[in-house]
Amino acid sequence: MKLKADRATLLKALAHIQSVAEKLNTIPILANVLIAVRDGQLSLTATDMEIAVVESLAAASTRNGATTAPAATLYEIVRKLPDGAEVELDHAGGDAQLTLRAGRYATSLVALPVEDFPAMTSGALPHRFRIAANELRGLIDRTKFAISTEETRYYLNGIYLHAADGDTGRVLRSVATDGHRLARVEVALPAGAEGMPGVIVPRKTVNEVRKLLEEASGEIEIALADTRIQFTIGSVTLTSKLIDGTFPEYERVIPAGNDKVLRVGKKDFADAVARVSAISSERSKPVKLSLARDLLVISASSPEQGNATEELDADHVKYDFGPLEIGFQARYLNDITDQIDGEVEFRFSDGAAPTVVRDAGDASALYVLMPMRV
Amino acid sequence: MPTLCRDCRHWQPGPPGTAACPACRGRRLLHHPELDRLTIAHIDCDAFYAAVEKRERPDLFDRPLIIGGGTRGVVTTACYIARLSGVRSAMPMFKALKACPDATVIAPNFPRYVAAAREMRALMRALTPLVQPLSIDEAVLDLDGTQALHGAPPASVLAGFALAVEARMGITVSIGLAANRLMAKLAAERDKPRGMCAIGSEAPALLATEPVGLLPGVGPALAARLARLGITVLGQLQRLDDRDAVSLLGPEGPGLVARSRGQDDRPVRPDRDARSISAETTFDGDIAELAVLEKNLWRMAEKLARRLQEAERAAAGVVLKLKSADFTQRTRHVRLAAPTRLPDRLFAAAATLLAREIDGTRFRLIGIGAQPLAPADQADRGDLVDTDAPRQRATQSAIDRLRARFGADVIGRGRGQ
Repeated sequence: MKLKADRATLLKALAHIQSVAEKLNTIPILANVLIAVRDGQLSLTATDMEIAVVESLAAASTRNGATTAPAATLYEIVRKLPDGAEVELDHAGGDAQLTLRAGRYATSLVALPVEDFPAMTSGALPHRFRIAANELRGLIDRTKFAISTEETRYYLNGIYLHAADGDTGRVLRSVATDGHRLARVEVALPAGAEGMPGVIVPRKTVNEVRKLLEEASGEIEIALADTRIQFTIGSVTLTSKLIDGTFPEYERVIPAGNDKVLRVGKKDFADAVARVSAISSERSKPVKLSLARDLLVISASSPEQGNATEELDADHVKYDFGPLEIGFQARYLNDITDQIDGEVEFRFSDGAAPTVVRDAGDASALYVLMPMRV
Repeated sequence: MPTLCRDCRHWQPGPPGTAACPACRGRRLLHHPELDRLTIAHIDCDAFYAAVEKRERPDLFDRPLIIGGGTRGVVTTACYIARLSGVRSAMPMFKALKACPDATVIAPNFPRYVAAAREMRALMRALTPLVQPLSIDEAVLDLDGTQALHGAPPASVLAGFALAVEARMGITVSIGLAANRLMAKLAAERDKPRGMCAIGSEAPALLATEPVGLLPGVGPALAARLARLGITVLGQLQRLDDRDAVSLLGPEGPGLVARSRGQDDRPVRPDRDARSISAETTFDGDIAELAVLEKNLWRMAEKLARRLQEAERAAAGVVLKLKSADFTQRTRHVRLAAPTRLPDRLFAAAATLLAREIDGTRFRLIGIGAQPLAPADQADRGDLVDTDAPRQRATQSAIDRLRARFGADVIGRGRGQ
């Protein structure tokens, strides 16, 4: 196998895939990237057995063949090569080492046999649709903070992606919850997504896809079956296993009757919560919201440090209901307000019941937050 | 040989000249050559539940009293008057009432016992900060270095504590005083009720003729194994050197031999340092099959849930402990999403860990522990997804109430059968 490629192109491809390769060397070959050349086309593959990422790029002066080499090392080397360098990879086959040359620099890396590199099971992906990159970013960004990291409820360790009936017709929805907060975001259902099964996309996959979306524009193709999902983002294809479990019936926990509405500017609110909660030494940083007509008092207390309060009055808040006191974790409030641009709308029932939070100017996202005792 | 009068706390540096205290004429004299040097105390309340109830009902003071379920239930605790008629804990109620027909039976009131235990612990903590509660009515105290503070040796301070508890709470205690936790516990058992016993350097001689089952941790399974080696009394264990101990009994041999000699170096850890609560069992035969291990694990999960309830704690994480036939120990830990004291949830967390350990290895012991601990009021509150928790908590407390009335076997979950 032999090829020449431009350093920048190769670096970008390695950056895309090297984070999937296993860093913990429990199975050594999973730390490697599969480098394959066929008819002028170079493909780089990394997998952790759950996710496989393949990037295809054009290469020059090629000789067909394939080998595997440590992904992290290769990435580090290519990263440190001078800008504009042409990189040559050469592998004679068999037990030979992989030689990398660039200008006067040369190195050889231990290669592991291609036959040992695990192939992700392939099979039909009957459901296919396209979605704009910025829409997919929105589905991910506004839900992924709520993904649970808890092992026992493994079915919460991802984003639940499914077709549903929204207020304005059929929608593609992503939902995540860790039991304390829930995020539900939707976009109009793309053509071809009707009839797709509801799937739980694992957290690591969500994070990898999000990284690939950073520089993506245009449309992303998503293909899926009951157990696998595939994202094609430009020249990169990411295939992932799905979480084998049943996502809870989340609609049941979204309160419908919360009628006490508070509207407050996002920046005013988020800044006040940050200032007030700074006093708390507890990890959960509890803050109390005390409401009266057109008045919101945010307060926190810490046994060691004392108290902090901040008032937001009629110039900043709209609230036309009776007095209410409710406590939340500051971090959970921040995670939600981070997703909101203009005005935040809270819908309360009482101080002990789940609260609904929305972006007053955007109906596509809805958040539910459990109160805590303060 | 110092002598202490347990009634007036009169201290004589020498042996008692007479059977009665020269100061108060009381006859409850305690003498031991090392009485002024022993610092570890094991305190056990006498018929605790019954004593608390008698405090509430002075009319029952001199009457036999049984705490337990109705006529179909079992005896939870019997007062010492009822015990004179042969009533014992865990005895079926109909038998107990046959033995002692005029006994009064009262259903247990756990919140009342918990409150009394808390009051008792506060009195203990006035003696030393090193108080480690072992159960609702038992604790071990380290009084080392407190002589200057109290102006009296630990033995005298403890005698004063027993009198104070009697006067203020109407509860009698039995105290074991020794150089370590093991001997203090055994000493407390030697003089019950309202007793106090000291054991010092005579411990090995005292233990030599006792059956091996006297040692905490030597259950029927281990006793049977020792019996097959011809070892029935502790004196035989005492004679083993470390090499023999390992070759005959495995890696745990030397520890067992040390205990047979009355040696124990476990420190007294005060309450807030108690990091875990656990339950474990050693099997009669080694077990490799998941289903059989799970059945034992379920029983231990139920036991752990009861202990958490008694200690007013919840599990924020669960530890699974396994010991294989060759005495290799495995412990696995998982943090829970939310604190629990429900046996189902304790079991589910441990069972997930257990399933990963099934590899044909034969195990001799399984245990489940709660670690870290969380306050009980944080347990099983439920969340957006877990809407069942409050209902499960209610079911469990109904089961607990039934068991308190009718005994542990009156109701079981399908899995426990």
